[in-house]
Amino acid sequence: MEIKKKVSANSPMAVEVAGVKMKNPVIPASGCFGYGYGMSDFYDLDILGAISFKGTTLQPRFGNPLPRVAECTSGMINSVGLQNPGIDAVISEELPKMREAFHGPIIANISGFSVDEYRECCRRISGERGVEMIELNVSCPNVHGGGMSFGTCTDSVSEVVREVKKVTDLPVIVKLSPNVTDIVSIARAAEDAGADGLCLINTLLGMRIDLKTRKPVVANVMGGFSGQAVFPVALRMVYQVAKACRIPVIGCGGIAAAEDVLEMMMAGAKAVEVGTANLINPMACKEIIESLPTAMEKYGIKKLEELS
Amino acid sequence: MNKGSCEYTIIDNSWIGNNTKMMILEGPTESFSAPGQFINIAIPGFTLRRPISVCDIEGDYLTIVYDVVGGGTERLAEMHPDTKLDILPALGNGFDIAKCGKSPLLLAGGVGCPPIYSLAKTLLANEILPTVILGFNSSERMIMIEQFENLDIPFHVATLDGSYGTKGYVTDVIREENIIADAFSACGPLPMLRSLCEHLEMPGQVSLEARMACGFGICMCCSVESRKGPKRICKDGPVFDKEDLIWK
Repeated sequence: MEIKKKVSANSPMAVEVAGVKMKNPVIPASGCFGYGYGMSDFYDLDILGAISFKGTTLQPRFGNPLPRVAECTSGMINSVGLQNPGIDAVISEELPKMREAFHGPIIANISGFSVDEYRECCRRISGERGVEMIELNVSCPNVHGGGMSFGTCTDSVSEVVREVKKVTDLPVIVKLSPNVTDIVSIARAAEDAGADGLCLINTLLGMRIDLKTRKPVVANVMGGFSGQAVFPVALRMVYQVAKACRIPVIGCGGIAAAEDVLEMMMAGAKAVEVGTANLINPMACKEIIESLPTAMEKYGIKKLEELS
Repeated sequence: MNKGSCEYTIIDNSWIGNNTKMMILEGPTESFSAPGQFINIAIPGFTLRRPISVCDIEGDYLTIVYDVVGGGTERLAEMHPDTKLDILPALGNGFDIAKCGKSPLLLAGGVGCPPIYSLAKTLLANEILPTVILGFNSSERMIMIEQFENLDIPFHVATLDGSYGTKGYVTDVIREENIIADAFSACGPLPMLRSLCEHLEMPGQVSLEARMACGFGICMCCSVESRKGPKRICKDGPVFDKEDLIWK
């Protein structure tokens, strides 16, 4: 029997992001933890700071054809294509199971292919017990705006944030795409439009070719590159954005150890999301959280909140 | 609670075919519940684990059979006995013995043989006598013939080029040998599984494979559409009922 450590709000690991209190800064990233309950076989999820659930859209989506994954040195490419059962099924079927397995803050990761879709999903999820924050995935293509990703244009980011803020009282954070010329201008556009926080980075657009078939490895040709290889890129962008914006930043990209959490927080992140590491080691978040106190002691950190 | 990955020790890692190795591992086996389950092996220097079907379990020993197809399996093939491996054990849902029938027909193609061997052994342990048909491209690609012969069950081999056994596909053996069965179980290349599902007029279970990232149902990289909605090969499968599958 494991002994559960109770972490109070004034514990050295506690953090707060846009008014949401977390017992530690470790959040499994959207798309790398399902709706949580699938992971409760491995450990008690209540040790986690929060959970960002699988990217959810208005309608159910099967996603892209297989293969959806390609291996890279210290990373991987995925082109899942936002497979999810749709917002109504998430509310009626996934959320109840998620709340049973996890009693901390749930972050609703919402995707959309139009401003209306974002707004409608956010309206429906707001008020659902346990959901304490909305995370907008703006990396999807804007079907009414020429197919360019929402997150690559300051105007479309602003519009999505403004419209979503009208329908929800929950703090709204924007998960930024790194596939842009100037991440700071996108971050500022989100902040100016009323975003309560930012999460970065989403995956980097990447590609692999199979030498034997001479064809792309993933059926969708390109996909999102993630994993330890992207950590320096993520850290740099978090540093730039945290310096330029007043709203809190959640750092995401290649985090796989407690030391990465500390480094990301030193770059300005208030909390972190852990993605690909969960897919390789289902215990990743647990092991990171358990090794944080030792790493903090080693580097003379009394409270994580003092870092950023 | 699932403990996550466990440490296994390589006991043996030998060639059993031109491009195929058999590895015997020592480690925990108590979490395995059905033939057709797989393990996901971390290979130093590679990001993603390699999912490989279990061929046999005896006490603390677990046997896998794998084709050397790329960098990861090349690295695995180089490993010597006593090497430790980090493995996620007992993944997925295997074959359901209750659905195999009273006179089961088991079919495997190429490196689909290992889970079918495990299934045949399990059926025998349950006092059910299966008939096994293996299919290969040629005699040069054959694996595990001796192991299956040692089970002392009705056993047939087909090769596409006719270099061993019946010339043609496993379905040609069924026709030529007039094999009667009340359910089939199969593992092999997709075209073979599709042909079996479309042509055999009996209930069936087939084991699918796909490129995976996690292997435990979280990443959605191996989803297939089924008559019961989207299913994950790694978590809901890899073994599926014939009637649930949609062939496009």
